[in-house]
This record gives sequence, C-alpha cells and structure tokens, in this order.
Amino acid sequence: MADDLAKPDELLSGIGHKPPKTGWMDTPVNIRKGMYCYASNPKSVDYLGLPNARQWNPMEEDWKLPENWKQILHEGFRERLDRFRSFKVFMDICVRCGACADKCHFFIGTGDPKNMPVLRAELLRSIYRNDFTLAGKLLGKVAGAREMTFDVLKEWWYYLFQCTECRRCSVFCPYGIDTAEITIMGRELLNLIGLNIDWIATPVANCYRTGNHLGIQPHAFKDMLDFFVEDVEDITGVNVEPQYNKKGADILFITPSGDVFADPGTYTCMGYLILFHYLKEKYGFDITWSTYASEGGNFGFFTSHETMKRLNSKMYAEAKRLGVKWILGGECGHMWRVINQYMDTMNGPADFMEVPVSPITGTKFENASGTKMVHIAEFTADLIKHGKLELDPSRNDNLKVTYHDSCNPSRGMGMLDEPRYVIQNACNHFYEMPANTIRENTFCCGSGAGLNAGEDMELRMTGGLPRANAVKYVHEKHGVNMLSCVCAVDRAALPALMEYWVPEVDVVGMTELVGNALILPGEKERETDLRGEPLPGMEEEE
Amino acid sequence: MNSKYMFSLAAVIVLFLLAYIGVAGIGLYGFFGIFIPYAAAFIFAVGVVYRVVDWAQSPVPFRIPSTCGQQKSLPWIKPASFDNPACNGTVLIRMILEIVLFRSLFRNMRFHFNKGNKFSYEWEKWLWLGALAFHWAFFVVVIRHLRFFTEPVPVCIQWLESLDSFFRLEFFADFVQVGLPGVFISGIVLLAAVIYLLLRRMLIPQVNYVSLAADYFPLFLIIAIAVSGIMMRYFTKVDIVGIKEFTMGLVTFHPKIPEGVGSVFYIHIFFVSVLLAYFPFSKLMHLAGIFMSPTRNLANNSRVKRHVNPWNYPVKVHTYEEYEDDFREKMIEAGLPVEKELTTNGG
Repeated sequence: MADDLAKPDELLSGIGHKPPKTGWMDTPVNIRKGMYCYASNPKSVDYLGLPNARQWNPMEEDWKLPENWKQILHEGFRERLDRFRSFKVFMDICVRCGACADKCHFFIGTGDPKNMPVLRAELLRSIYRNDFTLAGKLLGKVAGAREMTFDVLKEWWYYLFQCTECRRCSVFCPYGIDTAEITIMGRELLNLIGLNIDWIATPVANCYRTGNHLGIQPHAFKDMLDFFVEDVEDITGVNVEPQYNKKGADILFITPSGDVFADPGTYTCMGYLILFHYLKEKYGFDITWSTYASEGGNFGFFTSHETMKRLNSKMYAEAKRLGVKWILGGECGHMWRVINQYMDTMNGPADFMEVPVSPITGTKFENASGTKMVHIAEFTADLIKHGKLELDPSRNDNLKVTYHDSCNPSRGMGMLDEPRYVIQNACNHFYEMPANTIRENTFCCGSGAGLNAGEDMELRMTGGLPRANAVKYVHEKHGVNMLSCVCAVDRAALPALMEYWVPEVDVVGMTELVGNALILPGEKERETDLRGEPLPGMEEEE
Repeated sequence: MNSKYMFSLAAVIVLFLLAYIGVAGIGLYGFFGIFIPYAAAFIFAVGVVYRVVDWAQSPVPFRIPSTCGQQKSLPWIKPASFDNPACNGTVLIRMILEIVLFRSLFRNMRFHFNKGNKFSYEWEKWLWLGALAFHWAFFVVVIRHLRFFTEPVPVCIQWLESLDSFFRLEFFADFVQVGLPGVFISGIVLLAAVIYLLLRRMLIPQVNYVSLAADYFPLFLIIAIAVSGIMMRYFTKVDIVGIKEFTMGLVTFHPKIPEGVGSVFYIHIFFVSVLLAYFPFSKLMHLAGIFMSPTRNLANNSRVKRHVNPWNYPVKVHTYEEYEDDFREKMIEAGLPVEKELTTNGG
C-alpha cells in the first residue's frame, strides 16, 4: 500500500458531498497525486502502433500533444457519433434528473461532483453541444456548451480515468444512459492523441505479443502452472498436470493471466487444475490450456474498440487452430462483458465450433450456442446440479463467505445465480450483503477498467469504499471473513481494499472454494486448504 | 447558481410580455394566433423527425443492453425475463415498463452517509412519483385538448374527460366559481408535479449543481402553460365556442381569428408554440430518445445470435504463426507442442 495514503478514518472524515461554490465549468481540474495512474510507457504505445508515443507526465504543463490535437478530437468525436447510436443518443437525451448522481462508487467515496455520472458525461456533452448542436452554437454556456481547451482536456483525462465502466449508473437511468459507453468513447478519443495510462497500455502491449497481460512467455507460463501442480500434489497427493496447446482437444480453456501470477488468484488457478483433473479421471474430460490465448481479460477494452478486437481475436483463432469443439472461460469480469456483448460481433462467426455440450452431463448450453463459449460458473453449476462432483463443503467450514458480484458479469451479462449456486454447494456458511449492494446493484471494487495500479491507491480505496462498507456490514453482523468473487481484477484489487477498510476479511475465487471442497479420486487426507492453512479440525494443538 | 434559473425565468417573462404586448397592445392577433402556431407545429414536426432520422442513421454496432437481473442460462435457473430480456418479446415488455411506468427510475434510492461511518441506501420514490405524475398528467392534458381539434369529439376523449373531472370540487363565491365546469385533476396534478420537479432542482444541492439553464427553461415554460390554461378555464372563463371555431379553423387550414377571446388565450398558445418549437433542439427529445436507447431496447442474446456490426473492419492482429516465430525455441525447450520445428542453420 502506498506510504502516503491517509489512514481510513482520515480519509472518511475528508469526504463531503456538498458541491463547491463555483459552478462545475468554472472549477478547474486539480490533478492530485494518488488519484491518477501514470502515463503510458512510450514503448508499449509504439509496439501497438497507437498514436503519439512519447514520454509525458500529467503533472507537467506540457503534455506533448500533437499540434492539431483539437482537430483530431473533433474529427474523432464526429466519427464516433456516426458509428455509435448509443453515443449520439446519450449525448442528446440526458435531462439531468440526478438519479445517477449518488449511484457512482467514486462519487460516494470522493464527494467530487465531477464523479457524478451525469457530470462525467457533461464533460463530453459540453464539447459536443459546442461543436455539433445548433443550440450550443447559438446560446453557448446557457445551453451548457463550452469550447475545447487544454483545461477541459485535462478534466477529460482525469475523470475518464476515474470511471471503472461498471454501469451501475445505467441501471438507474430512466433512459439507460450508460456512462461506461461514454467513458469508452472518451478514452478512445484520448488515445487518438496519445493520452493513455501505463497500467492499461503496457498490459495491452504484453498481451498482444505474449498472449497475456503480464507478458508471461510460453515456457514461463508452463513453469508457473507446474509450480501450482507441485503445490496441489503436496496438499492432495494427486498430480493434476494439465495439457497445453493440444490439437484436437475437446475444449479450450481461457482464463485471465492474473490468476497464474498473483495470490489469491493463484489458488483459484489451482482450483481449475483440480476440477479439470477430477473430471478427466472420472469422466475422461479433455481440456487444454493455451499459451497463445493465455489471457481471458482484455485491457484493449479500456483502450478502444479496435484494440479490444485485436486482443480478443486470439480466442477464436486459437480455438480454430487447435480444432476444439468449444471454449470454456474462467473467472473474470470484463472478459465476460467482452465475450457476451462484443466477441461474436467482432471476431465471429464461430461456425467452426459446435454448440457447447457438457461432455459429462450432456447439457447443451443453448445460451452460448452462438459464441460457443461457456462460463466456468455455468459449467460447474450444471455439474453440481447433476450430482457429478463429490464435494465436501465442510473443508471450507472455517470460512464465512459472502459474494461480490463483479460489475461486468452482473450488468453486462446477468450471471448472478450460477456462481451463488456453486459457492453455496462448496461451503456451508454463506451470507449475502445488503440487497442494495449486490446483484445488478453491486458496487465496483473501485479498481476496474484498468485502474488497479499502485500509484492511484487513494482513488482505489475511495472508489471501493461502498463495496468495503457493505462487506464490513456482514463482517460485523455475521462474522464474514471471506469475500468471494468470479473476477481476476477483483482478486487483485479487493485484497488491498479489504486490508485497508476491513482487514479481517480475505478474498477468494469461486473455483478455489470448489478446489478445496472437491474430493479427488485417490487423494490423501488433506490437512490444509489450497493456501496451506490448516483445514477445520486439522489445526495443530497449541 | 441562481443565475441559471433566473435566466430561464426571465426568458419566460419576456415571452409573456411579448405575447401580451403583441396582442393586447399592438393587436397582432393574426401573428400570434395563426402564424406562430403554424410555424411552431412545423418546426416541431420537421425537427423531431430530423432528429430521430439523424439518430437512426448511426448504426448500433454492438449489443449492449444493461442487464438488470439474472440471465437466461441453465434451464433450472429462473431468469429475470423483463429486466434481462433474452428475446424481442420480453424486450418489448421491458420497454413498455420503462416508457409507461419508468421502471428504472423506480429503482432509485438515496445514499446516506450516517454517523459511525455507516452507509445506507434508502427508499426514494419521490422523483419517480413526481416524474410519473408529471408525464401522465401532461399526456392526459394533451389528449384532452384534442377535443378542440376534432369534430365530432371522439367518444374516448369524452370518456377521458369525464374520468378526469370525476372528483367534482365545487366552490362558489362572488369572485370565482370553481366546480362549474368540473375540475380536471390532470391540470392540477400537472401544475403540482412540475412545481415539485422545479423545487427539487433548485433545492437538492447535487441536482442544482448539475442543472443548466436549459433544464429550468422548460419547467418555467410548462408552469406558464399550465397557469394560463387554468386561468382560462376557471377564472377568466374564455369563450369556449369561439376557441373551438378557431382551433378547428387551424386544423382544417382555414384559420380565422375569433371575436372576443381574451389575451390570456393568445398567451397560452404562444407558450405552447414556444415549447413545440424548442422541443427538437433540446433535451425534451428524450421523449423519442428513450425508444432508441441501446442499453434498453436490445435483447441480451448476443451469445446465442450473432449481432452484426455494419462497419466491422479487419484489424492488425498478432497471429499464432508470428507468436510461435517469437518463442519457438523456448516452447520446444519447455516441451510445448509447435507447428514448425526449429530449422537448423542454413536449412
């Protein structure tokens, strides 16, 4: 955690939701340390062939913009209005009723009025009115229009990278105006003049080259999984060695690389290995990992539609090359929004694969008949429903679990009950957070859409506050000590959030809970869980 | 912040003076009674069509519904059919719920930062109720006014009228006689709701902060329309027969200025004309926009059915072949399968 981050109490007492005296157009942006991510590394931008690769620093006065940056933005704006009805309609129809204002976790956590979704959008709308509408041209400020200036650009950059594209505001908007959509367009525009952040640009460049965000090369990818195989063998006595890049396998498995890299995602990864090995031993399940399509996530989504497509293309390309029947996708948030709402449109049709059928239960996944890609929670829920998994949930009895709905699977897909079903079968103590903070009302971890860097810790802690506060509530009421999720960014971001706000609560992936509970054929008596912590009843005598 | 609504209020007062002086002072009956209404109706019709066509010309490249409930997946998991529609039929119901009952606004709750750092998200249906009352009352008022533009008046409008004036409030005094004619609930509700919407915009700090002059203007204008309408019906008692002759003249394109209709009437139709002409250039276009919002009017079925993006273009990708070329040696060393074996020097 950043050293200069204020203590939780100090941070809380600093939050006020009273708007400032000056109007928002007359309140200049104050780019503050701890609230923004570092500018992108020019090497990454250059590798991707994106515009204006150069070293720059948002704290300096000179952002080293191309001379005609205003014109580039204006033309880019026009182009996006012509390409996206969503953008055009959302620029026009907001009535500023304010229903969205206190729905944003960043507004709740920072009190900064420009974090109200309506004002975040007005940052763009004000320019839109000035450049593209008659009322704005005639009436100027009265109609809410203003000219593009360097100060406005700074505002765009600062606040478009203070939005996690979680879509919570869009649930409450009477017209369905989706700030995520506006942020996506805004970030695309910023990318046209080279204003990205490194936490996005470098993973994207890595993913483009090595197949995953972390830049893990194929041999290292295998090494890392081998490491988990050893750990699992130590714990269970069973060798769960997976298959890689196997041509003719039935199914291709793609999951975020974050789970290969860092705790506690690594335990979820062990869960995958255990589950697949179990299915292979019991039912002859034939699944392969890929080192080329070794990333489920897609930080291109946080860059531009085009970059998203470039990264996403690997999934179908690899499925085609390997000749698999369908793809199984691991636990990740934004990955599933991309798969559900973009993949088939961008890189489909996936007519070289079959409609996914579970080889174990025979269930045909009709809901994935087009994309040919099934979510691990859907797949596992189906297995459990058919009694195909031998689970001992008491191995998770030391855990009191709650479930955090990730933004994208909730509001960009609607996968709410499948993971709950799996988790409740894998553990005995489950408690929901308050209804206004889960399911479609879920609060973001505060670090999504590429904002889970180290240097913007204050932003992340304030943005994650509403989520943490709801966890705190069930921690105090029910003694909840484990926050489960189906998202790799959550697993990277929530531990820091919990450590800061609710230090007694740890973070776990759904499949880690399954991995703990699943009884492998021929396993030895387990003494510890996948983290090496003693299982309930196995604690050593003091 | 006051300047924003003072500006809009001033604009409405200026409009009032324009009409009042124009009619009562200079006697420009033809201009305010015929030219302005025709011009406004023209601008409204052409403007709204233009805006909708303009929106429709931009494609919907991706299927991006905001899913507000459980998806349709496994057969034993109950989907939220309307909040996360899987087919066009349920999209239609979602849209009807949205347009007729303001479904999304109904979800509204207010965040509170309580003592002891406890957060709460509380019941808040006032905006929903106010907005619903306002829009429905406005709708009923508009339908009711069709009696001035139809001859004979359709039965359904007569029914609506009698329903609207069901509660007969009667109050007689020397200066005013309320109750004859019957009081229309819709007019009263419209005025009350629009005043509520104005007050919340002025008084809730966050809403006040985000409001533009363009947000106050229509509210003041609608208040002015409602007040002038109520004045005519219950207080100045305009000559209904004369007005009907006049409005029928307008719709049959034989406009004729009526005798002895007071200036309140001209002020009323001037305000309405301004609202109509302002409509296509303003946020009031949300009336049409809600039908075209891609987060609401699409089914969440893009994993089943391919949604086609008309401008989908090929992009530069890093192919598997290029990838293997980058890492072949390391892959072979790690025992990973490759497409092409290493070539020996010179091979």
